[in-house]
Amino acid sequence: MPDNIPSTSPTRRLEHYVAPLEETPLEEIDSLKTDGKPSNLWIDAWHDVRRRPMFWISAALILLVVIVALFPTWFTQVPPNSDCQLSNSNGAPSAEHPLGFTRQGCDVFSRIVHGAGTSLSVGIIVTLLVFTLGVLFGSFAGYYGGWIDSVLSRFGDIFFSIPYILAAVVIMSVLANYRNVWVISLAIGLFAWPATARVLRSEILRVKNADFVTAATAIGLSRFRILWSHVVPNSIAPVIVITTISLASAIVAEATLSFLGVGLPSTFMSWGNDIAQAQTTLRTAPQVLVYPSIALSLTVFSFIMLGEVVRDALDPKARAQR
Amino acid sequence: MKIKRIGVAAIALAAAGALALSGCTSGGEEPTGSAGDPSAIITTNGSEPQNPLIPTNTTETGGGKIVTSIFAGLVSYTAEGEIENDVAESIESEDGQHWTVTLKEGQTFTNGEEVTANSFVDAWNYGALFSNAQGASYFFDNIEGFSYEEDSELTGLKVVDDLTFTVDLVAPEADWPLRLGYTAYFPLPEVAFEDMEAFGENPIGNGPYMLAGEDAWAHDEKIDLVVNPDYDGVRKAQNGGLTIIFYASQDAAYADVQGGNLDVLDAVPDSALETYEDEFGDRAVNQPAAIFQGFNMPYYLEHWSGEEGKLRRAAISMAINREEITDVIFQGTRTPATDFTSPVIAGWTDELEGSEVLDYNPEEAQKLWAEADAIAPYGDTVFDLAYNADGGHQAWVDAVVNSIANTLGIQAVGKPYPTFAAALDDRENQRLTGGTRAGWQGDYPSMYNFLAPLYQTGAGSNYELYTSEEFDSLVKEGAQAGTVEEATEIFQQAQEVLLQDLPSIPLWYSNVTGVSADTVDNVVFGWDSVPLYHQITKG
Amino acid sequence: MLWYTGKRLLQVIPVLLGATFLIYFMVFAMPGDPIAALYGDRPPAPGVIEQIREQYHLNDPLIVQYFYYLAGIFQGDFGVSYSGQPVNEILARTFPVTIRLALLAIFFEMVAGIVIGLVSGLRKGGIFDATGLGASLVIISLPIFVVGFAAQYFLGIQLGWFRPTVSSGAPIQDLILPALVLATVGFAQIVRLTRSSVIETSGLDFVRTASSKGLTRRRVVPVHILRNSLIPVVTYLGTDFGVLLVGATVTEGIFNVPGVGRTLYQAVLRGEGPTVVSFVTIMVLMYLIVNLLIDLLYAVLDPRIRYA
Repeated sequence: MPDNIPSTSPTRRLEHYVAPLEETPLEEIDSLKTDGKPSNLWIDAWHDVRRRPMFWISAALILLVVIVALFPTWFTQVPPNSDCQLSNSNGAPSAEHPLGFTRQGCDVFSRIVHGAGTSLSVGIIVTLLVFTLGVLFGSFAGYYGGWIDSVLSRFGDIFFSIPYILAAVVIMSVLANYRNVWVISLAIGLFAWPATARVLRSEILRVKNADFVTAATAIGLSRFRILWSHVVPNSIAPVIVITTISLASAIVAEATLSFLGVGLPSTFMSWGNDIAQAQTTLRTAPQVLVYPSIALSLTVFSFIMLGEVVRDALDPKARAQR
Repeated sequence: MKIKRIGVAAIALAAAGALALSGCTSGGEEPTGSAGDPSAIITTNGSEPQNPLIPTNTTETGGGKIVTSIFAGLVSYTAEGEIENDVAESIESEDGQHWTVTLKEGQTFTNGEEVTANSFVDAWNYGALFSNAQGASYFFDNIEGFSYEEDSELTGLKVVDDLTFTVDLVAPEADWPLRLGYTAYFPLPEVAFEDMEAFGENPIGNGPYMLAGEDAWAHDEKIDLVVNPDYDGVRKAQNGGLTIIFYASQDAAYADVQGGNLDVLDAVPDSALETYEDEFGDRAVNQPAAIFQGFNMPYYLEHWSGEEGKLRRAAISMAINREEITDVIFQGTRTPATDFTSPVIAGWTDELEGSEVLDYNPEEAQKLWAEADAIAPYGDTVFDLAYNADGGHQAWVDAVVNSIANTLGIQAVGKPYPTFAAALDDRENQRLTGGTRAGWQGDYPSMYNFLAPLYQTGAGSNYELYTSEEFDSLVKEGAQAGTVEEATEIFQQAQEVLLQDLPSIPLWYSNVTGVSADTVDNVVFGWDSVPLYHQITKG
Repeated sequence: MLWYTGKRLLQVIPVLLGATFLIYFMVFAMPGDPIAALYGDRPPAPGVIEQIREQYHLNDPLIVQYFYYLAGIFQGDFGVSYSGQPVNEILARTFPVTIRLALLAIFFEMVAGIVIGLVSGLRKGGIFDATGLGASLVIISLPIFVVGFAAQYFLGIQLGWFRPTVSSGAPIQDLILPALVLATVGFAQIVRLTRSSVIETSGLDFVRTASSKGLTRRRVVPVHILRNSLIPVVTYLGTDFGVLLVGATVTEGIFNVPGVGRTLYQAVLRGEGPTVVSFVTIMVLMYLIVNLLIDLLYAVLDPRIRYA
């Protein structure tokens, strides 16, 4: 149980100090401290991350994007999708239109602001889907092994061997009349989770033979309990890296589907849609492509940094190093 | 080397005192510049044929380009879309219904077999036979004996002797010879009928080019054609051969011309429309082609039938700023439409009565829309315009719906279908919820081909269920007119009916946008947007 | 080990059936009549479409079509595409090209990704680490079609370093540029994975032991740290190989590579169920074999993992 070994917890590091025998009755050292606050992986992690500037920077950026997504009209009064005049096509910025115009003569800034909601939702829904399915399948398969592993892994293989961009194209075609954020998220996520499952499974294969697992078994914890409170938390680090990257990939995949013509309809403002449409004027009006790309990059950056920080905090081994 | 220029087609016909076809064809563009290396291979873009190379089953451009190069029909088209005799010596008729075709002597397929009357009659019979399920079978439906339901011989085709056959049509058709340069009418050698499928992989033709050996067709990559030394028609090649490279996207093909890996490109991608004319100077081409583009409002929709529908169609049409869209979105590579055909088609005009409905006129548009609202209020209904997303239509559809929305103050959106198949399905089954994009590329340079298949009551491509007795009878009359001039006049009247009803709201004609590398000369684009490959010289 | 391998090979069968049926079902459910669409704006005579539908069994129910297909497979016959070509030939033509492209891309992303990830991990928090992170972030957040077009335009056309598209026969030198573009996707992932794995491994006791017993860094890094950090990376490479085989849809289109991605995508758009399923069949097989190899490789990389 590494979480409860004081030496790995920076907040409760044991001093190598030997008290006089008469001050400290021997039984007190031998006994577990039971009256204090119980040590908890997640609480420890929180104590850790809150001291790191990167955490606050990325959290602030994410908060900003979320606020923009929820309340776009706080940031711009210009309509994103109506009042587009072709005479403004690819037009230069002005005071009212700080980032200029798209090829259709729509306001770039307004479209980015209004597109935040769609892109963020797609990213988050896909990530939740991929994470949930990936962790469930990966952990049971890796931990229990045997026929459970075979069944779960092969089930994952069925989805994984069909490339997800292709599957997304087909799903979006089949559900062409119902294209919305949920459908496109499902199309992207439904075939993307096995990657996460495989990474977690291989990590669990490695962790489940570790001493602390043997120790937990020895003190009589149920296998299921060991899986969730010890094995998974100790294997989750690479999954969190993959997951934050998959959030980025999902937002980007939305753009690729738009490029292939099966993305969200153009009535939906989304960064992906804008990037895909701006691609045709890459050579003549690159700025139209650059702005939504920057918005996307910053968002992706925030999530990945957050992922890094949380990963470090969750991983006792990485924490111990500092 | 100069091309042998002969005006046989029209002149022969006129001399025979039968029918004068659209103008004399001795003109055309004379090749200029150096003669070039007679063995140089020209590289150009194309796409993998969708079917084995059987003329009567080749209805798309990828295969059409190859089939037209390796076969020669009775006539072939000049750059202007006029016909000149190729294999035919003469095509004559007294009444436009009973035709006599005479072939030139001594022409052969590349396997040595003589091109005879039977080569045509058998090929046409094969193409028309119901159970052969050929894509172009309907091209023979005006020949006596054709059936859409069962196997039946084309009794209207009779072989007189080795070089002569007669054709009986079910009704007079003044410009019937205009069709004969189309792929469906090419001849086939006897060997083809032994195993048509195998023949389609390694076709043996009688055209200016032939396949360069057994493995000439590398599927999904390219096809190598070399000059057919025995061909002695009007399309004698000025180069040593043709390699058609198959591209999945126009962008890739354009990159290859820029990189010096491709000589001739006949379609510039969207992303380069703004720059290609600067980049290639006088090696860039931008001229109208036989492609009409518009969109249709289905007659089965609420608000879009009867008097209300007529008003709304006119209002929508006048709400679209065609000039601005062709300028900004297409960089001038589309020409705003003034009729339902194309400027390269004989008989095209911008002076049809009622064509002002195609001008941008916001006030009039709002007025007509209000009049329609007086009949039945449109309310908050969203106007949608369907298109297939796999065809690069999104930019102009968005621009058109924006123009409509801005002018009429209604909500208008584009409605993408993932594939052409999906869009077609809803059109065929009358399940549209709004307008639909509609395009037409002429099979052969005739007004009839732009009107009858699209707007006649019950016609094959009339999915939006337009019906007009006046139009139907005019088209029928035009088809059977004694002379081409007469026919043209009647077809123009028919179009004036269309301008009032607007079964399709004309938008623009697609231009040919092409470029060629400085390695080649004499690149001239035909009426069908395909370069006249045989004229190109290199080196 | 032999028993394990045999067992895994047996498990290929249900996966194959599951994946092929799933994709068959999905393509079947796509709207539109694929045969009618073959003829574009000009519909042929109605009897023509009906006869061709009959020829491809398209009028039969889904399950019957699927069994027609399965029956063919067991005879080694994948059927005929709607363009009249034997699917066997299409497969034999496209897979070698795509495999070459995928291997090249894997090579690029592996070399660059592992090296940069290793250095970043060893010097965590340094300038190199920050730069590497920044660079991989930019790459992740650019859609591949933007990277592809930009690379083609700048490296291919402007600078003329590479041929902008792949020429006939897809020789290796033409595949370098598309492979580099493809590699950008996996590159960022491998950098992140290697980095975090190296950081984790560096803190483990056996590494400390190795260092404290006086081994040079030159020996500790490759033998002790790298080898033990590669498990997640190798797993990722295995999955990425599968992705590359078809994830190349966009890239193959941009560079006109006559491979699986381009052909398969066209087949999907055309609604060619049998062709799509044939491709997926081969992909599933290759994917499963690659992953079996990778599972076996675990045992090599990590002595604690044993398969019985």
